[in-house]
Amino acid sequence: MAGIIEYAMFTLCLIGIYGILALGLNIQWGLTGLFNIGVAAFFAVGAYTSGILTGPPSEAHLGGFAMPLLVGMLGAIVTSGILALLVGLITLNLRADYLAIASIGIAEIVRLFLKTEGWLTGGVRGMEIGRPFEDWLGGNFTLNFLIFTIIVVAIVYVLLEIARRAPWGRVLRSIRENEDATMAAGKSVLAFRLQAFVLGSCVMGLAGAMYAHFFGFLSPEAFRPMLATFLVWVMLIAGGSGNNKGALIGALVIWLIWSGTEFATGLLPADLSTRAGSLRILLIGILLEIILVTRPEGLLSEAGERKRQIAREKRRAGEET
Amino acid sequence: MAEFLQLTIYGIVAGSIFSLGAIGLSLVYGILRFPHFAHGDLITLGAYFTLLPVSILGAPPELSFFFGVAATMVVAVAVDQILYRRLRKVAPVILLIASVGVALILRSLVQLFWGAGNQYYSQGIDMPWRLSGVNVKPDHLLIVAGAVILVVLLHLFLQKTKTGKAMRAMSDNADLAQVTGIEVNKVIIWTWVIGGGMAAAAGIFLGLDTRLHPVMGWRILLPVFAAAILGGIGRPYGAIVGGLIIGLAQEYSTVILSPPYKPAVAFALMVIMLIFKPTGLFAGRKA
Amino acid sequence: MSLLQVDQIRGGYGDVDILNGVDIRVEPGEIVAIIGPNGAGKSTVMKAVFGLVKVREGSITYRDKEIANLRPDQIVRQGLCYVPQEKNVFPTLTVEENLEMGAFIRNDDFSQDLEKVYELFPALYEKRRQPAGALSGGQRQMVAMGRALMLNPGLILLDEPTAGLAPAIVDLIFQNINKVNGLGVSIMMVEQNAKQALRMCHRGYVLTTGRNRHHDTGENLLNNREVAEMFLGG
Repeated sequence: MAGIIEYAMFTLCLIGIYGILALGLNIQWGLTGLFNIGVAAFFAVGAYTSGILTGPPSEAHLGGFAMPLLVGMLGAIVTSGILALLVGLITLNLRADYLAIASIGIAEIVRLFLKTEGWLTGGVRGMEIGRPFEDWLGGNFTLNFLIFTIIVVAIVYVLLEIARRAPWGRVLRSIRENEDATMAAGKSVLAFRLQAFVLGSCVMGLAGAMYAHFFGFLSPEAFRPMLATFLVWVMLIAGGSGNNKGALIGALVIWLIWSGTEFATGLLPADLSTRAGSLRILLIGILLEIILVTRPEGLLSEAGERKRQIAREKRRAGEET
Repeated sequence: MAEFLQLTIYGIVAGSIFSLGAIGLSLVYGILRFPHFAHGDLITLGAYFTLLPVSILGAPPELSFFFGVAATMVVAVAVDQILYRRLRKVAPVILLIASVGVALILRSLVQLFWGAGNQYYSQGIDMPWRLSGVNVKPDHLLIVAGAVILVVLLHLFLQKTKTGKAMRAMSDNADLAQVTGIEVNKVIIWTWVIGGGMAAAAGIFLGLDTRLHPVMGWRILLPVFAAAILGGIGRPYGAIVGGLIIGLAQEYSTVILSPPYKPAVAFALMVIMLIFKPTGLFAGRKA
Repeated sequence: MSLLQVDQIRGGYGDVDILNGVDIRVEPGEIVAIIGPNGAGKSTVMKAVFGLVKVREGSITYRDKEIANLRPDQIVRQGLCYVPQEKNVFPTLTVEENLEMGAFIRNDDFSQDLEKVYELFPALYEKRRQPAGALSGGQRQMVAMGRALMLNPGLILLDEPTAGLAPAIVDLIFQNINKVNGLGVSIMMVEQNAKQALRMCHRGYVLTTGRNRHHDTGENLLNNREVAEMFLGG
């Protein structure tokens, strides 16, 4: 029983981390229409930054500076934001499909950098960073981390929801819907896209920091960049892009399916189980295609959400009169 | 001087492989209006399909080549007709996302059937010839000669056959092609036959030059995209030039840069092109 | 029987109807002009005939066969060709390849029809090996009409054939349209140059807000005061 609860808490932590990633991608793709397939790059940069800042001193790589957790998280947000700023200044004027191609280039270069520059990252041998909260509240790390994750997800969600409903969010949506008209309305499209791209990447960097501290160890292989990026995309599309609640629900549903495939493939005969990982990716890939063909707007579509909101407001108005 | 020549040879070999990949990518991009992210995995698939007759029947690799190419063509057409065709009416960006999914599906299928490790077409070592300080492997000659033959065949197809001309017409203006009475779906199928076949050849040559690995194609997707963009989207001849430029630039860059960063060179060239001349060297389509 | 009969069609893009009941007929050998203010649905009528716009109600028959909502390549097979507005050549294909594309659905020898087009437009023969994108606007329009002729069509739909062309070339285009009509091919065209179009056509239709407003011979429409005030600048 304790094992199941432990597993459930572990799963929820990862859902929270992926939920943050999906929220970050939702700012870029869902709200602004920026096609970023380099999610893993910002995720990894955030993770390594926080690892170097907070980890124990090491001979093998730069740092660690044993700084507090919050400094690490802040650092993660800043470095991934700076990377996004540099990348954004170069590529954000490009069309969505060119931006997509450019973003795989960035992800690939970041991956090569983390792997090659051992003095900074420990290279393929990886980086030990230790885990926070080990001796809080009776010493259950997973429980402590889960509470922490829930707090972070809640803060990020509330802030992004405020941003989405603010005039700023409306401008982003109008850029996505009709760039020319927005430009004609006197808005600097590039500036808004850059803001959205940087903000989304900062959120991804934050998720990276969470990930680093959750596992206490980092290596270029730990990220499986394509898998991480792909899962986040499937989450956002499944949940309904443009919609923060949808992004979180997508993260929950897709991670549960993803974990479910682990159980399912665990039942396979031993000689096939070594290839279970591939089978799981195959299943998620097929799931994505089915969603795209049958329900491209996702579980909670942006338009549907707006309709529901209008209906709620009408009902409220009806009750008042 | 010898080093420069040596890098030039490596660059031409790599460039031939990139060109073959970029031709299909450019045709698909020009005709269907979306960057096909699963193209790298078609390259991988072609390499692995060719392994089948070699490992099961002990067939000579030269004959297996045709099997690998044909099987990849079938897969490319099937993916299009089963999946992409259903998504053509929606925004091209949905096709882009779908192709990322296809990339992972194909890769995981390769891993399921062939495992995640390295594989080789033959166990023996391809002994290089040494000519005044420069190493040339027989496989290098085979790859470049094979690429030249395929490019000539492609040229004849595009210039002399009705379907090839229709393909160029669709790449020029798909709406006009439709009202002219060109059977659009037929041309699209042919595009995948050519694109898939060229991708398979690229994969087989890459496997011959190095080794087979489930992410071999994904790893060269970036230089292949760079080649297609350099040459101009929808311009197969531009893609050939683009492939050679990227191949040579990547090899020459190793004089000053650490070799793992080769893809960064492709990336830099691509971004420069996109910023200053997004239609490519040969004025491909922008829309 | 009429060659083309458009009967009370309604339709448009998505849920919005642009055509609210349009009637048009074209007899064999005729030139029919469609004029009207911007947004009247002139080009949309053409697109509806050619299966590019959804027709929700009404019927379209060509040689007594219902063609509403068929695919463009199916309509081409009936002997009906469409030349869209501007961007109507394949720029990287040579002139001759452009003409060959017009015969895409034919599997027989079409060299005689190629000769016929070159006879009609000798300028194209000289430039047959050049990419069509390098041609002047007037020559491109010849390529586009020539491409339509490759199928020996009974009717050609021309969508604003003079759009974006210099006034000096406009006359040449109208001459060419007459030449094509001289081969016995019916023409239905949408035109902004209302005066010239009405002068050369046998009959004309005036559309406003997706409906028929006037229908008469070209000459009578030219003399109609309301039409003159609306479109012909008094």
